[in-house]
Amino acid sequence: MKSKLVPVLLGAAFGLAAATAASAATLDDVKGKGFVQCGVSQGLPGFSNPDDKGAWTGLDVDYCRGVAAAIFGDADAVKFTPLSAKERFTALQSGEVDILSRNTTWTMGRDTSLGLNFAGVDYYDGQGFMVRKSLGVSSALELSGASICTNTGTTTELNVADYFRANKMEYEIVAFEKADEVVAAYDAGRCDVYTTDASGLYAQRLKLTNPDEHIVLPEIISKEPLGPVVRQGDDQWFNIAKWVLFAMINAEELGVTQANVADMKNSDNPEIKRLLGTEGAFGEGIGLGNDWAANAIGAVGNYGEVFDRNVGPNTPLGIARGLNALWSKGGLMYAPPVR
Amino acid sequence: MAVQHTIPAESARASVFYDPKIRGIFFQLLLIAAVLFFGYSIISNTIVNLERQNIASGFAFLDTTAGFSIIQTLIEYSEESSYGTGLIVGFLNTLLIAFIGVILATILGFILGIARLSPNWVISRIAYVYIEIVRNIPLLLQIFFWYFAVLRAVPSPKNSVELPFDIFLNNRGFVTPRILFESGSGFAGIALLIAIAGIFFIRGWARKRQEATGEQFPVFWTAVGLIIGLPLIALAATGFPLGVDYPELKGFNFVGGMKITPEFMSLLLALSIYTASFIAEIVRAGILAVSHGQTEASHALGLRNGQTLRLVVIPQAMRVIIPPLTSQYLNLTKNSSLAVAIAYPDLVSVGGTILNQTGQAIEIIGIWMVVYLSLSLLTSAFMNWYNQRMALVER
Repeated sequence: MKSKLVPVLLGAAFGLAAATAASAATLDDVKGKGFVQCGVSQGLPGFSNPDDKGAWTGLDVDYCRGVAAAIFGDADAVKFTPLSAKERFTALQSGEVDILSRNTTWTMGRDTSLGLNFAGVDYYDGQGFMVRKSLGVSSALELSGASICTNTGTTTELNVADYFRANKMEYEIVAFEKADEVVAAYDAGRCDVYTTDASGLYAQRLKLTNPDEHIVLPEIISKEPLGPVVRQGDDQWFNIAKWVLFAMINAEELGVTQANVADMKNSDNPEIKRLLGTEGAFGEGIGLGNDWAANAIGAVGNYGEVFDRNVGPNTPLGIARGLNALWSKGGLMYAPPVR
Repeated sequence: MAVQHTIPAESARASVFYDPKIRGIFFQLLLIAAVLFFGYSIISNTIVNLERQNIASGFAFLDTTAGFSIIQTLIEYSEESSYGTGLIVGFLNTLLIAFIGVILATILGFILGIARLSPNWVISRIAYVYIEIVRNIPLLLQIFFWYFAVLRAVPSPKNSVELPFDIFLNNRGFVTPRILFESGSGFAGIALLIAIAGIFFIRGWARKRQEATGEQFPVFWTAVGLIIGLPLIALAATGFPLGVDYPELKGFNFVGGMKITPEFMSLLLALSIYTASFIAEIVRAGILAVSHGQTEASHALGLRNGQTLRLVVIPQAMRVIIPPLTSQYLNLTKNSSLAVAIAYPDLVSVGGTILNQTGQAIEIIGIWMVVYLSLSLLTSAFMNWYNQRMALVER
C-alpha cells in the first residue's frame, strides 16, 4: 500500500508543478474549446437574467454574445456562469470564466491588487436608495436611524458607510450574500431602505410584491462605472474585450445597426469601412478576422440597441440613457476610433 | 537475535537491505518526504502563481481599515476598525450562536428524548412527530422559514408588540431595556463570584454529609438564595448603582436599550430546534441502553419515577450519550456558518465581505479553516474530558 502511494503522491506533486505553466493565451484556449465562458450575475433583470425559456438576456449578457460573435461569428458560442458577488473575482482569477461581465464596479483597488483588468465601462451607474412611499421620505438625508438592506462584499456596503458617516447619520446595515434574499428581506419589512446601484434598484423593484409602493430617492451617492473584466497578463485577450465594447459604441455613433450592418459594408464612409473590416486589417491586430466588429454588431446590435433592448425606456426597467448616452448627445459613452 | 549472530558477515550486510524493519523505516521516510514535497509544491506553486498574476497576498490586509459596518458586535467595532478586528467580531458572533445554541439544543433535546419514551401516548407521539419532521427538513430551509416566517408575522417598529417592562417586539428585533452598571456595581459582580464559589463548596459538603449520615441538604434552594441574595446585598450596601436605558421609538427604529436581531433569533431557533431533534434520538438510545432491571431495582428501593430517571438511568445513559452528543455539538458549530444566508454576521459572513473587498481568498479561507478546526478540536477535547469523567469507574 505504502509503496503504491509514494509514486502517486510524487506524480501528483510533479503534475502540480507542471500546471504552473498554463493560461496566458486565453484566445487560443477559447478557440480550442469552441466557446467563451462568461461570468454573469445570479439574476439581475436587464443586465444578466435568464428568461422564461432559460436563455440568458441582458446588457452584460449581450456584451458576452458580442465577444463570442467577434471570435466565432456565432453569438451562441458562449456559456454563462452565474456568480455571486463574492465568487466573481476568484472565478475569473482561477480561469473558471474567461471574461467577467457582471455589473462590476471599476475601482482602483480591484484594478490593481486582484490581478485583473477592466476593459472599459459599459454602464455608468451610481448608488441609490429605495424606500416605501408610505414612509414619506423624499431625500436620503432623512434616513438617519434607518435599517438598510444590501449585498455583502460590494462597493455598495462601503459607500453606505461613507455616506452615513459623512452626514453624521446613524444606520443599521443588514447585509445578505444573495440579491434574492436582500429583496425578500426588504419586502418583508426587515429594512426601511434597500440600497444598490440605481440600475439594480429599478431591476429589483420588479421583484417586489407591490413595485408601485416603492420609490427610488433622488440622491446618487457614488460613482459606479460598471464594465467587463479580464485577467491581467494576457494583452491580446484584454484588447479583444476592450475593442468589442468600443466597436459597439462606435457603431452607434456611426449609425451602424444590427439591421443595416450588411448594407453598411458597402458604405463609402472610411470610418465605417474600417470598423466593418472592408478597409484595413484591424482584426489581425487582435488575432481575429477583419469582420470581427461586423459579426459582433450583426449578432447583438450597437450599444444603443443593446441598451434599449435590455434596460431602455420601453423595457420594464424604463431607464433613460442619461450618462450612458453617446458623448455627442450629452452622455459619457466615448470610444477611441478604429484607425 | 541469536539467530542473526550465526549468519556469515557478508549476508549480514545484505540483510540490512532486506531487514523488514529498516525497509519499513526507509519507506516511511520516503512517504514523509513525498508528503512534505507535496505540501511544499502546493504552497510554492500558489505563491508563485499569485505573484505572476499580480494578485496581492500575505496577511498585511488585516491591519487595513475595514470601512464597512457590522450589525451585531460584541466588542468595540466601527467602520474605522481594521479587517482583523472585523474578523474577531465575526468569530465572537459565531462563538455566541454556537454556545447558546448548544445549551438550548441540549435542554430541548433531553426533554424531547425523554418525552419520546414517555408512557403517555400523546406526549410520546408529539415528540415522535416533532423529531421526524424537524430532522428530515434541510437546515437551510428551516433557517429561511424561521427568518422569513417570523419577519412577516411580526409588525413594524411603529406597531410594535408591547410587552411588560418596556420590552418591544417588532421586525427589527426584540428590544429590551438595558441595565447600566455604574461605578460601584463591581462589588455586586464580586458577590456573584463568591456566591458561585460558595455553591460549589456547599454542594461538596452536602454530598459528603449525605454519604456519611444519609441526611439531605436543600442544595438547590440554597444555591438560588445565594446567587440572588449575595449580589442583592452588595447592591444595597453600595446604594444600588444601577441605571436603566429604556428603548424609545425615534424615527425609523428604537434607540437605546438592548436589541436582539431577528437574524440572531431565527438562526438560534433553527439551529437549536434542528440539532435538538438529533440529540433527542441520541438521548432515547442512551436511555434504552440502560437495562430495564435498573429501573425496576430503583423502584424496588422506593425511588420515585423522577428520581429513578435523574439518579439511576440518566447517569448510566450518559456514557452512551456523550460521544454522539459531541458530534452534534460540532455539527451545530459548523452549521452556524449557514448564517451567511440570512445576514447574521458570523465569521463566514464577515470573512466573505473581507474576501470580496480585498480579493485575498486564500488567506481568508485559510483563516476560516484554522478557526473552525480549532473550535471543533477544542469542543471535542472538552467532551472527551467530560466523557472520561462520566465513564464507568471500575473498582
